[in-house]
Amino acid sequence: MTPVATPFFFYLLSGLALLGGILVITRKNAVHSALALILTLLALAGLYLMLYAPFVAGVQIILYAGGIMVLFLFVIMLVSIEKSQREDQFNKQWIGGLVGAVALGALFVRVFVRSKALHDLTGMPMAQLPEQSNTQEIAVYLYGNYMLAFEIASLLLLVAIIGAVVMAKKRI
Amino acid sequence: MQSVESFVVVSLIKSVIAVFVLLTAVAYSVWLERKVVGHIQNRWGPTRVGPFGLLQPLADGIKFLFKEDITPPHVYKTLYIAAPMLSVIFALTSISVIPIGNWVTIAGVHTPLQITDVNIALLIILGVTSMGVYGVALAGWSSNSKYSLLGGLRASAQMVSYEISLGLSLIGVLIMAGSFSLRDIVDSQSGVFWGFIPRWNIFHGQTVAFFVYLMSAFAETNRVPFDLPEAETELVAGYHTEYSAMKFAMFFMAEYANMITVACLATLLFLGGWHGPIWGLTWMQAVLPVFWFLAKVFCFLFLYIWIRGTLPRFRYDQLMAFAWKFLFPLAVANLVITGLVVALRS
Repeated sequence: MTPVATPFFFYLLSGLALLGGILVITRKNAVHSALALILTLLALAGLYLMLYAPFVAGVQIILYAGGIMVLFLFVIMLVSIEKSQREDQFNKQWIGGLVGAVALGALFVRVFVRSKALHDLTGMPMAQLPEQSNTQEIAVYLYGNYMLAFEIASLLLLVAIIGAVVMAKKRI
Repeated sequence: MQSVESFVVVSLIKSVIAVFVLLTAVAYSVWLERKVVGHIQNRWGPTRVGPFGLLQPLADGIKFLFKEDITPPHVYKTLYIAAPMLSVIFALTSISVIPIGNWVTIAGVHTPLQITDVNIALLIILGVTSMGVYGVALAGWSSNSKYSLLGGLRASAQMVSYEISLGLSLIGVLIMAGSFSLRDIVDSQSGVFWGFIPRWNIFHGQTVAFFVYLMSAFAETNRVPFDLPEAETELVAGYHTEYSAMKFAMFFMAEYANMITVACLATLLFLGGWHGPIWGLTWMQAVLPVFWFLAKVFCFLFLYIWIRGTLPRFRYDQLMAFAWKFLFPLAVANLVITGLVVALRS
């Protein structure tokens, strides 16, 4: 069956992701911010699904929305709300923020223009992996082409875990 | 190739049937639990409403609907109301990808016996169950009381910890089947060894994985002996202390719906799904696979209740040590050995 109402779902999911992102920084209650972040992550998973990347979508939900955010919430739930609501929500580092935002925006615009120009120039269709072998392709890339980067990332995580244990335990 | 309209209509019909059957099954597993635990403890269980107390779930449902719905004044209202809904939604969603039998043709429509056949069904179920923890965690936080918060914290820590060994125990099965599709996984378990032992994964190299799955699944659904989030001797009722009437019933329904999902998943992944001896007339051959599936699910649910009637509760440090120092290494070892054997064979 061919996909139905693709633009509708794309704009719906993108809108939800943006809405969630805005809510994360405007809510005063940290628990509400965390929930808005979960909304963004879920909408992103939907977008991955629309790109025929079901494995990435699944991992996005299981790891980010279902794993990491639970730990976020776990910590936030222990924070006293009355106290946090009296504090200032935003700090006053306007200049740094502005520079960062402009740089990031320029990067996005450049990538978008480049990719569109490149796409028009060569007339090449976007790379499409068949849905069936998507998981396998990811595994081949991860453990074949990008083996070294993958192992370095794992090592970094291992160091972080050991660091956390060392800091938590007085006597090892 | 079918049209969009027929797809929507068929899916709607299947969804309605699936939800109806699931909710009935939830109601009667509560009845079964009260009956079986009653007999284990030398009592009768429900006997008054209908023969053998069979109408007790109906009476309970009516009672829940008409009870006063108290919202305590100190709660965070929006999330307090949303939490039980989230629990139920995530608990009911996972049934949508669970197949209970092969393809059938009814009234000219050729359709699988499941709401939708996707090739990442297992990932969807894992994702939905990992989201299910939010219902419990938010209920604990939004109730704004000590018992609820402790229950919610315990639940989120416990579910995140046990999710890891649960996921790892499933990967062995995935390696053997080579697919995320529950249908392919069941098909990979057809046939028999030496003429009588079925080629189910539990007898076919994944015995350890099955027991890891069993224990993690018990912890994921907050059942005895892992029911620390609602340990009534210390926490009154844990995360649902402040809930009453239908909102409480929703948590209850979510818990039992999760039990049924876990039982279905165990049947599909380790117990051969709908495979079983098939004989007799044409209509019997059509019905028997579904019967075998439901029978296996029933046995798994019975095991759940049996264990509830038998074992005492863990202490919290024991619970965590069990997850990280026993189940997790065991699941990793099983995964490595399975991978090695499969790689050597191919």
